[in-house]
Amino acid sequence: MGAGHAHRLYRHGHSPVHGLPPHTKLAAAFLFVVVVVSTPREAMWAFAGYAVLLAAVAAHARVPAAFLLRRLLIEVPFVAFAVLMPFVAEGERVHALGLSLSVNGLWGAWNVLAKGTLGVAASVLLAATTELRELLLGLQRLRLPPLLVQIASFMIRYGDVITDEMRRMRIARESRGFEARGVRHWGVLAKSAGALFIRSYERGERVHLAMVSRGYAGSMPVIDEVTASGAQWRHALTLPCAALVVCLLGWIL
Amino acid sequence: MHVPDGFIDAPTSAVTAVVAAGALAVSLRGARRELDERTAPLAGLVAAFIFAVQMLNFPVAAGTSGHLLGGALAAILVGPFTGVLCVSVVLLMQGVLFADGGLTALGVNITDMAITTTVVSYAVFRALLAVLPRKRRSVTVASFVAALVSVPAAAVVFTLLYAVGGTTDVSLGKVATAMIGVHVLIGVGEAVITALTVSAVIAVRPDLVHGARGLRQRLKLRVDGVLVDAPAPVAARTPAAARTSRRTLWATGLVTSLVLAGFVSFYASANPDGLEKVAHDQGIDRKAEKHAAADSPLADYGVRNVSNARLSGGLAGVIGVGVTVVAGSAVFWALRRRRPEDVSPVDTGL
Repeated sequence: MGAGHAHRLYRHGHSPVHGLPPHTKLAAAFLFVVVVVSTPREAMWAFAGYAVLLAAVAAHARVPAAFLLRRLLIEVPFVAFAVLMPFVAEGERVHALGLSLSVNGLWGAWNVLAKGTLGVAASVLLAATTELRELLLGLQRLRLPPLLVQIASFMIRYGDVITDEMRRMRIARESRGFEARGVRHWGVLAKSAGALFIRSYERGERVHLAMVSRGYAGSMPVIDEVTASGAQWRHALTLPCAALVVCLLGWIL
Repeated sequence: MHVPDGFIDAPTSAVTAVVAAGALAVSLRGARRELDERTAPLAGLVAAFIFAVQMLNFPVAAGTSGHLLGGALAAILVGPFTGVLCVSVVLLMQGVLFADGGLTALGVNITDMAITTTVVSYAVFRALLAVLPRKRRSVTVASFVAALVSVPAAAVVFTLLYAVGGTTDVSLGKVATAMIGVHVLIGVGEAVITALTVSAVIAVRPDLVHGARGLRQRLKLRVDGVLVDAPAPVAARTPAAARTSRRTLWATGLVTSLVLAGFVSFYASANPDGLEKVAHDQGIDRKAEKHAAADSPLADYGVRNVSNARLSGGLAGVIGVGVTVVAGSAVFWALRRRRPEDVSPVDTGL
């Protein structure tokens, strides 16, 4: 818990994007991704347009390009998958660089890569400019059931605690000379997982008792109600609206 | 296995999102029955546990390692409803916060990784426990098989979703072989670790394992040198889940599905879907015989004698939803009739 209460993806700042109410940002990011996904894959320039839009938002939010690009690395497993597609897909084939590639597969790989990357970039921007607690408040404003929001907030709040407990158990194992090398050591790791479950569950019971003793009766008090003015909504929805224009052009042209 | 944006087309994503939302609504109610007002902190902590345990790497052979998916483990340890809830929350947070899995693919991911694994593993687990002798070892064996089945089941559901709404024409056979082949291997690892973890928890706190509640011994008292059953504790009535919103829930679900089926289907791709296309390309469908129901008034998702293609497709969708709702409600009512005996406060497990 010593690492502060901001998650690793958040980047503190005071830009206009940071200042927007969280639910407007969530809605904007979601609509943007929906528009991107429904763009025909043949309209290659449209995806370049989306990338420019996202870059403009990043500049507006003063998120450096290096930060954004480093976060995009999370996508690497799917890039590997997309690279395989041209080799296994059906349909007519083209020959390039001595390899036989499927045209359909190439389109498919492009489709997944472009849309996936834009989606990840939008989520990374959202997470970089919105604090965790705000994000949860925003989800609640967007009519996610309060119980679900509470569960998510407990998960986020105690995620680091539980992960740290796991790390301490690993250090304890290693300081006693244990090193997991193969299947034979699964038993030890599984016992650790079991111990971790018991610790988490018992911590949950203690947290519940502590909450009850402070007057919890099934719902959390909302202290800071977030509201958004029309101007803020318009500001946030500029991104998906601009994307929609690009998308419509992509369908027409 | 987190599906990114653009991998599954928009209509399929929308349908899976509706499925996921419905399943979450059901599990929220069910979790309140499993955990009553402790739901929020306990489910939150269990979700944090699933999140952490997914980071625990298990070395497989030289250099490679795998990690737990956790659906089966969650279902067996805390019950199916809370399990669905916890894994879904983990997926939601991974999507929104860590950009792992696309925002529009959230429905696909939840349907595939939270609902399928949990429901399949819990069904297998319960079925096995009903057959096996009532011993601790049976719980371990049942959780092994449940986890073993759950991972390939998720791969099958993924392949089905891909067949309906995949954006690339990779032949279904190849997708199915690759996905199911790889996931049978992953399933073996998942099964071993799940079974070992469940047996480790049972050894220490058997009362915490939801799936082993039937094994709990009744408290015995020694009265005058004779063992007698202790009187059953008077269980506090759990507050009934809110009933008022049920009608709203029903109405919303019905209206949403009608809108989706009747209206959105206009805009769904008019091209033949992947499976039909593969069949067409390969010339399989030339030999295919007419389906037995090809003459039915709703064949090929259109209503006969209605010439406007859009209107006809929409009407067929609306009628289809109506039939599904009636059939679903019939099953639901049939199951509900038997409910009251199960929830006697003493023996909630079986």
